Amino acid sequence: MTAFADSKPPLTSAQAMAEANRCLFCSDAPCMQACPTQIDVAQFIRKIATDNLHGSARTIFAANILGASCARVCPVEVLCAGACVLNHQGREPIAIGRLQRFATDAAAAHGWRYFEAGKDTGRSVALLGGGPASLACAHELRRAGHRCTIYEQGASLGGLNVTGVASYKMSSERGREEAQWILGIGGIDVKTRCTVGRDVSLAQLERQHDAVFVGIGLGADAGMHLPGESLAGVHGAVAWIEQLKLGRVDTAGARACVVVGGGNTAIDAVRAAKALGIDDVTLLYRGTQAGMSGYAHEWEAAVLEGVRAEWCAMPTAFDGAHRVARVQCVRTDSKKQPIAGSAFNLPADLVLIAIGQGTLGQQLAPLEGIKTERGRLIVDAHGRLGRKGWFAGGDCSNGGKEVVNAAAEGKTAAHAIDAYLRGGSK
Amino acid sequence: MTDLSANTGGIKSPNPFWLASAPPTNSAAQVQRAFDAGWGGAVWKTLGIPIQNVSSRFGALNARGVPALGFNNIELITDRPLATNFKEIAETKRKYPAHALVVSLMVETKAEWQDIIKRACDAGADGLELNFGCPHGMCERGMGSAVGQEPRVNQEITSWAVEYAKVPVLVKLTPNVSDILPHGLAAQRGGAHGISLINTIKSIVGVDVENFRLDPHVAGRGTNGGYCGAAVKPIALHMVSQLAHSQEFKLPISGIGGICNWRDAVEFILLGSSSVQVCTEVMLRGYRVVEDMIEGLTQYMRRHKFERLDAMVGKVLPSFTDWGNLDLNYETVAKIDATTCIGCQLCLVACMDGAHQCIHPAADPTVRVPVVDEAECVGCNLCQIVCPVPGCITMATVDNGFAPTTWNQHEHDGMPLRPKKGSH
Repeated sequence: MTAFADSKPPLTSAQAMAEANRCLFCSDAPCMQACPTQIDVAQFIRKIATDNLHGSARTIFAANILGASCARVCPVEVLCAGACVLNHQGREPIAIGRLQRFATDAAAAHGWRYFEAGKDTGRSVALLGGGPASLACAHELRRAGHRCTIYEQGASLGGLNVTGVASYKMSSERGREEAQWILGIGGIDVKTRCTVGRDVSLAQLERQHDAVFVGIGLGADAGMHLPGESLAGVHGAVAWIEQLKLGRVDTAGARACVVVGGGNTAIDAVRAAKALGIDDVTLLYRGTQAGMSGYAHEWEAAVLEGVRAEWCAMPTAFDGAHRVARVQCVRTDSKKQPIAGSAFNLPADLVLIAIGQGTLGQQLAPLEGIKTERGRLIVDAHGRLGRKGWFAGGDCSNGGKEVVNAAAEGKTAAHAIDAYLRGGSK
Repeated sequence: MTDLSANTGGIKSPNPFWLASAPPTNSAAQVQRAFDAGWGGAVWKTLGIPIQNVSSRFGALNARGVPALGFNNIELITDRPLATNFKEIAETKRKYPAHALVVSLMVETKAEWQDIIKRACDAGADGLELNFGCPHGMCERGMGSAVGQEPRVNQEITSWAVEYAKVPVLVKLTPNVSDILPHGLAAQRGGAHGISLINTIKSIVGVDVENFRLDPHVAGRGTNGGYCGAAVKPIALHMVSQLAHSQEFKLPISGIGGICNWRDAVEFILLGSSSVQVCTEVMLRGYRVVEDMIEGLTQYMRRHKFERLDAMVGKVLPSFTDWGNLDLNYETVAKIDATTCIGCQLCLVACMDGAHQCIHPAADPTVRVPVVDEAECVGCNLCQIVCPVPGCITMATVDNGFAPTTWNQHEHDGMPLRPKKGSH
């Protein structure tokens, strides 16, 4: 997989020392405030500088048990590093993500573990979905002494960290290792290939557990319902990236790829296509560059890699014999509406549709009290759903954010669950 | 025209920048390269009965990622044959007649002093420097700092040297004493023409905590060394000032200790040095650091309209006084420039944890620029010291209406003091 070499390679010890020593050790640091999990960044960086790597990783994991994957996949440019005060002095911000990776890699290499399960409370929590939100939640619950059962419909834990994160950010293997490391706290029962509603009913969950955490993420790629969408070579981007990470994508002979959408999944898709050696890769977005929801720093990287864009244009049909050969497009106006007479074609033998994913909130529709908004689960600031004993976090309730948001919400919900379980009976 | 030429006790050099007696002045090839690079003088590495050195001689103090802020050595005097040294000194002096070539000496008996001084003078030395300072190895044999710590011995050996020498004699003092003045005065009584200071400070530069031994070590054992480098400058400045400030002490001074650049050199000169000696910075960066020293000093002198070095020697000494003569009614407060503040709040935490709790977060939590409670600010400077943005925090003088009053005046005349701040 040399095509997917690390986009941000690990720091050597000397590099990490030098970078760590640039950190000012700000008080009440803006980088920490910008982190959804509130990692004490200044403290973990100081510990790198003093060669206290064990303590450095402890600081990270104490706030975010998914600190290793977040080090790789976090958009630090808009979070911690974006808040670094050095930006205000016209200096390069501290490479916080790479330093976090340095410390957490050391922990992995040495097999350091920091946390033990709390004294058994006799209570048990079901966690639906085996992605970052549930893993963070379960780990925190185990520290509090509650038993956990994770119900995952797929074959392995890790969620999008395994199936969805762009390969140039993190390998699937790293995501699986992290999940196993988190399970190492013990007392987390895992039921994979288990679909709620088919293999276990909502009623059974309520009977068997004292509380339920919902971390089921988002559903399948949204479709466009355009002519030719079922042609070979037209895929949902999330599904395609998953297949790619499973090693099941063959792009031999592909010459032109069009990715529809303007979000971060679309950018991941164009960069992956480019990395696979496809010469002509185009992002097709109905809005302007300034209006895209994907991160500017990611898009800039894509442009440097040779990706081009058709702004203010959208597909009207996918055209080809058996396999897609071209995308019929039309220009859009400032309201993202088609402009008559502006039709044009883009050649494409691979089309990836990245216009969003479906939601899974309707799965919980039978439960009284649980509210959804366009399929997104509505939670309060503590991750509480509208039904007693039910909590949620991650993409299924935030609509699709970063791994670090899922980790933070899982942890927050764990504290609410703990308070709920200690507060009284079910 | 700015004249950089220097004269310390009759030893003249085209500029005040000399290499100190140390590894950079071990051989003719080195000293000649140094003169070519611009150094005005050199003190040849100490000659005596050649010794055998150990492997593993230098160590360093690193702090916050900056290597070798302090430096440590256990190297002894020359390990090369005396005849070779003198031949090279003679050759160098012939080639560089205008440069100051001083020879550092350290022997034990009167006869040895007589012999080695004669040979040094015959080789063409412009001056001699008596090494009464080395705090490791040689002192165990009754030389170096063992002499510098005993005013009687210092005076006696100095008087021998002055008697035998045909050139000016400088005495190099050790800082490993509680008060430098008696030692400077002893050399003065012995007839010395000038003083060099400081030599290195007795030190252990580090401990290897994994292997349970000193770091660096010689086959598992370590010993105290001589500490030098940027970190010792404040100690050296104090000792230079102590001598220069004394009414009894009248000798010229060649200042040594942590000089890394032109500004350090100017500090030594303003506190009474007529020449300066550099070792560690050259060991770490090479001879070419002198280019900046010469340019920086020249520009400084032009800026302040000093045509000759003499005009600036000791110029800051009048401001150096005892604590009891400081004005207790002088008041400053910290001012934070919000336009350049980057919001790190290092000042805030330093003031809260390490000073007088008078810097606070702004009332608006979205504003990172802290607020100084000037009514409580004691003017300690800590915030300014920790601020990473030069010029962002300034210490402003406050006109509090109280007449200047020192502790001595207050004790003697009962003159009024301003109300204390930050002491409730």
